[in-house]
Amino acid sequence: MRSLGDFDVAEEAVQDSLVAALEHWPRDGIPDQPGAWLMTTARRKGIDRLRRETRYREKVAQLEDDYRGASPPEDPPEGPMPDERLELIFTCCHPALAREAQLALTLRSVAGLTTAEIARAFLQSESTIAQRLVRAKRKIVDAKIPFRVPEGHELPDRVSEVLAVLYLMFNEGYLATGARGAMDRDLAAEAEWLTSLLTRLMPDEPEALGLLALMRFDLARADARFDSEGEIVLLRDQDRSKWDRKMIDDTFLLVGRFLRTRSPGTYQLQALIAGAHADAKSWETTRWPEILRSYDSLLAFGDTPVVRLNRAIALWHVKGPQTALDEVDAQSGDLAGYHLFHATRAELLRALGRTADARAADERALALTENPAERALLARRLARQSR
Amino acid sequence: MPRYMLTFVSQDDWWESQTEESLKNAYAPLMAWWDEHVKTGLVKSGEQLAPQRTATTLRRVNGAMKVTDGPFIESKESVGGYAIIEVADLDKAIAVAKSWPGGDVEVRPVVEH
Repeated sequence: MRSLGDFDVAEEAVQDSLVAALEHWPRDGIPDQPGAWLMTTARRKGIDRLRRETRYREKVAQLEDDYRGASPPEDPPEGPMPDERLELIFTCCHPALAREAQLALTLRSVAGLTTAEIARAFLQSESTIAQRLVRAKRKIVDAKIPFRVPEGHELPDRVSEVLAVLYLMFNEGYLATGARGAMDRDLAAEAEWLTSLLTRLMPDEPEALGLLALMRFDLARADARFDSEGEIVLLRDQDRSKWDRKMIDDTFLLVGRFLRTRSPGTYQLQALIAGAHADAKSWETTRWPEILRSYDSLLAFGDTPVVRLNRAIALWHVKGPQTALDEVDAQSGDLAGYHLFHATRAELLRALGRTADARAADERALALTENPAERALLARRLARQSR
Repeated sequence: MPRYMLTFVSQDDWWESQTEESLKNAYAPLMAWWDEHVKTGLVKSGEQLAPQRTATTLRRVNGAMKVTDGPFIESKESVGGYAIIEVADLDKAIAVAKSWPGGDVEVRPVVEH
C-alpha cells in the first residue's frame, strides 16, 4: 500500500514525467512502454497540444522515428514509469470531496489545466479555484483519502462516481449555461479526453466505453449545432452533412465493444440513443421505436422526470403527440421550473395545433433560461409564430 | 494507524416514542454491531449518549462560564453516540461507517499529537 498523504507528490510526478520524457526520449531512446510513460500534463511547459489524442499519437510516432534514426542509447532509462494516472483519477473523484472540488482537481491534476484555465471554464475567479484546490488537497491529506484504485465491491460505486464527474464536466462544456456563452468546447474536449484515458486504463469497464461513445456522438454533431450567427440549431433542423461521419463510424466500434460485454448501464443506453440519431439520414427516418426501447430500458435503471421528458419525444414519433403530451404533463409537478419542460410542451402543443398554448409554453421557457443561444432560439420561435 | 471518530446521529423523538418491545428490536442490530467490532479490535472505544433533553451547556459569557439547560445547538437530530476506530485510511473508515445499522454517521479523523 502506498504511503498516505502523498497526493501532491504523485501529482507532481505525473506532471513532471511527461516533460522529462519529452526531453529525454529523443536523446536516450523510447522506453518499452511509451504509453505508460507519457503523462498528461505537458501544458505546464507549454507543450499544449500534446494531450490531444491525435497529437499524442503523432508525437509518439515522431519520437519513435527519432529513436530509430539514432544509435541505441548507452545508458537506457530505468524500467517503465509506473502509470499512476488511474490512482490519481480515483483520488480526485473521491466521493468524500465536494463535486466542484472533484471537477477542479481532476482538471488540474489529471488533465493538467492551470488554475487560471479552470477558473475561466467555470466563470470563477482564479483565487476561488485556487482555494478550492487547496482545500480539497488538504482534505485528501488530513482525512487520509487513499491514493489507490478501489478494490472489489467498492469499485462499481467508485467508477460511477468518476463517470459522473466526467459527464458533468462534458455537459458543462457542451451545454454551458449562463454568461459564458453557448459553447465551451474546450471543457467538453477535456472531458472526452479524460474519458478516453479512462477507457484505456480500464478497458473492461463497459460504462466508461458507453460514456465515451455518448460524448463522441455528441461531439461529432457539434459543428451543426450552431448556425453562422451562433444560434442553436435543433437536431431536427441540423444540416447532417456537417456531421463528422468518420467520428460517428468510429464511435460505432466503441458501441460494438460495450455491447459485447452484455452488461447494460445508463451511459451505454444513452450512447445507443445518441447513436441512433447519429445514424439517421433525417429526423423523419430516425429509428424512433428503437430509441423508445432504449428509453424504456433507461427508466428501468432510474425512473426520473427528466428521463421521462426526453423519452416523450420518442413517444411522440411512435405513439403520437397526444400520448407524449400526457406523459410530459404528468411530470409538471417536478419539472415546472425547468425550461426544457416548457419548450418540449410547446413543441407537442404545436404538433396538436394548439398554437396559443404553445406560445404560452415557449414564453414560460424563455423566462426560465439564461443561456443566450437557447434564449435566441426561443425568441425566434415566438417571433415566427406571431407572424 | 490513523484513528477516526464515527459520530452516530440520533433522532431523539423517535427513540423516545417507541414501546419497550420495539426499542428492543431497534437496539438488537446496533448492539450486535458494537459487539462484533469491539471483539475484532476495530472499535477502540465509544459510548451511547443519553438524549439531548438531558444535556447541560456551559457558555462563556463575558469571560465566565454560565450554566444553561439544553444542548449547544438545538436540533431534531443530535449526537446519539460515538465510536473511535483505528483503520488504515478514509476508505476503510467509510466501509465501517457504512456497516452501521442505525442512521446517519459522520466520519472525522482524530488529530494525533
